[in-house]
Amino acid sequence: MNKQINQKAWLFVLPVFILVAFNALIPLMTVVNYSVQETFGDNVFFWSGLLWFQEVLTSERFQNALIRQLIFTFSILAIEIPLGVAIALTMPRKGPWVPVCLVLMALPLLIPWNVVGAMWNIFALPDIGLLGYTLNALGFDYNFTSQPGDAWFTLILMDVWHWTSLVVLLAYAGLVSIPDAFYQAAKIDGAGSWAIFRHIQLPKMKRVLTIAVLLRFMDSFMIYTEVSVLTGGGPGNSTTLLSIDLVKIALGQFDLGPAAAMSLIYFLIILLLSWVFYTVMMRNEDQ
Amino acid sequence: MPQTKSWIVPTLYIFFLMLPIYWLVNMSFKTTNEILGGFSLYPKEFTLENYITIFTDPTWYTGYLNSLAYVGINTVLSVAVALPAAYAFSRYRFIGDKHLFFWLLTNRMAPPAVFALPFLQLYSAVGLFDTHIAVALAHTLFNIPLAVWILEGFMSGVPKELDETAYVDGHPFWSFFIKIFIPTIAAGIGVAAFFCFMFSWVELLLAKTLTSVDAKPIAATMTRTASTSGYELGLLAAAGTLTIIPGAFVIYFVRNYIAKGFALGRV
Repeated sequence: MNKQINQKAWLFVLPVFILVAFNALIPLMTVVNYSVQETFGDNVFFWSGLLWFQEVLTSERFQNALIRQLIFTFSILAIEIPLGVAIALTMPRKGPWVPVCLVLMALPLLIPWNVVGAMWNIFALPDIGLLGYTLNALGFDYNFTSQPGDAWFTLILMDVWHWTSLVVLLAYAGLVSIPDAFYQAAKIDGAGSWAIFRHIQLPKMKRVLTIAVLLRFMDSFMIYTEVSVLTGGGPGNSTTLLSIDLVKIALGQFDLGPAAAMSLIYFLIILLLSWVFYTVMMRNEDQ
Repeated sequence: MPQTKSWIVPTLYIFFLMLPIYWLVNMSFKTTNEILGGFSLYPKEFTLENYITIFTDPTWYTGYLNSLAYVGINTVLSVAVALPAAYAFSRYRFIGDKHLFFWLLTNRMAPPAVFALPFLQLYSAVGLFDTHIAVALAHTLFNIPLAVWILEGFMSGVPKELDETAYVDGHPFWSFFIKIFIPTIAAGIGVAAFFCFMFSWVELLLAKTLTSVDAKPIAATMTRTASTSGYELGLLAAAGTLTIIPGAFVIYFVRNYIAKGFALGRV
């Protein structure tokens, strides 16, 4: 669409700009401020340069949290994206079951995050939880509060439970938008179901799948509440992801300098990756 | 699309989704004794005690009212300011438009954990700490960008001829915008409001950080119960079950719009 050049359009954007600026710029400046200063209490601050950044970047604690975060994010992407697409492919496209499926599948998305954590905690308890009890009855030695491996298994299962529906809904929306004529043409050419998937469905889903990957990447990189309620970062530090570590430092220990430096590094990582995704996405749109 | 016995996969998936929810509901109807007594697939001593406690104890039910209050304020505010902005982005070119749009989106990607502490200081400084307004304003950080993004998608789908015809007919801009344009994109507003509701309803870190007593969200009340008064799992489960209900209602009412909103890929 040809857009008209009109500088007065800024007036329309102004309320949004003011509100978001108030919420984003002031806190961000606070963080920048703390990240370059040192304090011995009494609100007296000294310039400390890049000391905190150095300290955070070289600390083993931050590196480990970052590695755990990357493992977590890529594991759930590797599971949720193919699983979501597979489920979307098998969903009915017409009929009375469509709204039923959509409503039931969207349900986990609308449960407050701490309730998701609490629910999975109760569900996975080894003695009285359905999952924990069943696994132990089947002969697995399962206890997510004491064994790191089990904690990770529960964490990833929880995230798959919580967010796969988002991928399903997006992929499904992409599938529904394919006209029937495409399938008829494929039928005439004698294409099998794999060929249909590879050459018709997958290219048509490319756009929505990019968005699904983008959203799942961002949100899993920021995950806090569910993990904090389910495992609290434990056992030990085994499930301490980036944001859990950050909240521990910032609100638990009130170590303003390191917390601020870590915040900025954390935010920059997400910003950089979101820019990459955004560019790729926009290029897809232009084609 | 070829459909051969494909109902099995979605059915299994939905079954998997329902299991933890069933377990939560199951727990909510049990007495504390039964829960601690051992494993059982369904409540043997069926009780409504947990729900009665929640509906009669003000520390519990005010939590729900607080949550609904800030979610409501946030949804109305986000959609209201996002409407003109989305119109500007979809119809006009102006200095800095692309940068502004990307900058807005980056806020959708800002981790709440980064903003928790500065928000606490900012809202304390302006005297809004522990009010519904504070949480509602804080949640606009990610909900306004989202609403602008969704609405811009819907508005770009409306042909520009609609605007031009209205001008020719002599409608002043605001009358056109309110009487003609907004009803045209009602579905988009529904989807945007739904997602604002959703993300404000499920977020806890900021809501908890910015409140202490007067505006404490239900989710934070639950956290307190879990940690201080021992193992009141039944009560916790009942409170959790009740938090699912508003979401279920909302999703039922907007189910037809959702698929449409997702189809635009703007969520």
